[in-house]
Amino acid sequence: MAVGLVIVSHSARLAEGVVELAGQMSHGRVRLVAAGGTDDGTLGTSLAKVLSAIEIADAADGVAVLVDLGSAGLVAEMALEQLPERRRGHVRLCDAPLVEGAVVAAIEASVGSTLDQVVAAAQDAAHLKKIARRT
Amino acid sequence: MAPDRACVLAWLRRSAQALHEQRQYLSDLDAAIGDGDHGINMDRGFTAVLDKLPAVAEADIGTILKTVGTTLVSTVGGASGPLYGTAFLRAGTALAGKQELQPSDVALGMDAALEGIMARGRAQRGEKTMVDALAPAVDAFKASINVGQPVADALEAAAAAGEQGMLATIPLVATKGRASYLGERSAGHQDPGATSVTLFLRAMQSGR
Repeated sequence: MAVGLVIVSHSARLAEGVVELAGQMSHGRVRLVAAGGTDDGTLGTSLAKVLSAIEIADAADGVAVLVDLGSAGLVAEMALEQLPERRRGHVRLCDAPLVEGAVVAAIEASVGSTLDQVVAAAQDAAHLKKIARRT
Repeated sequence: MAPDRACVLAWLRRSAQALHEQRQYLSDLDAAIGDGDHGINMDRGFTAVLDKLPAVAEADIGTILKTVGTTLVSTVGGASGPLYGTAFLRAGTALAGKQELQPSDVALGMDAALEGIMARGRAQRGEKTMVDALAPAVDAFKASINVGQPVADALEAAAAAGEQGMLATIPLVATKGRASYLGERSAGHQDPGATSVTLFLRAMQSGR
């Protein structure tokens, strides 16, 4: 199996959209799980949703968690702290841009890279140029 | 008389009441420099806390505070969930097993809460956050009990220092949280998190 990805966003639709977009690149080989919005469907983040998404994404090769803004990172951190000891070691939080990070991580995971490689790829996505400079 | 479990429960109920009454004000402050949901989020969190309190009415003070923390983390939805959640969880851990609180215990709980918020948010003083109200309040409380003043006076000093700290956030430029995206434009607005901190502090000393 491959490293799984969890997409944490304040918006359920944004999280699902990122999953959709990244999934296009990983061709069903990577478990991509959205954890967007609060439990009652408003904008915000939910610890319970993040924990259950990690559970679903975890196919024994580890899970990389990507977040959008502010509280998403804080909630993800708390989720990691609450994981049982045996699982905590192979779930990692990425300091990465959400869209590019998820796409790059999904590609990396789909070719069977390790969790360290997937996390590094996601974090490197911060340096990707969006608009090529005209010369 | 030392504050006991009943005092802690009453404080939590008064805090919930204050957050409910001030929810629009807190959200309005947040709308100016953030996502405008601080009041609604805190009200939702403490409505859930009120539902949980009967189940821990006979528990020790540490357990009560930890229950508040876990409830906030799972119901608030914004950054204040993990931040207040961590504060209550740490305070609960510091006061595990306590049936009543000596002044030094209250200081211990406040210190743990402050350290929790600072660690979770990687926040220091002067960054236009909850820390700017809570840190001076903890200082004032400890200074007051260290010179032997009664707890009621120390709590008054803490609330007053917290409110002063809250007002001092107005000119600050935010470097943490959603407000930091506004950069210089965050100056001139009172921090909503520092404001909700003062509601908890005031609720500690009223009705005693």
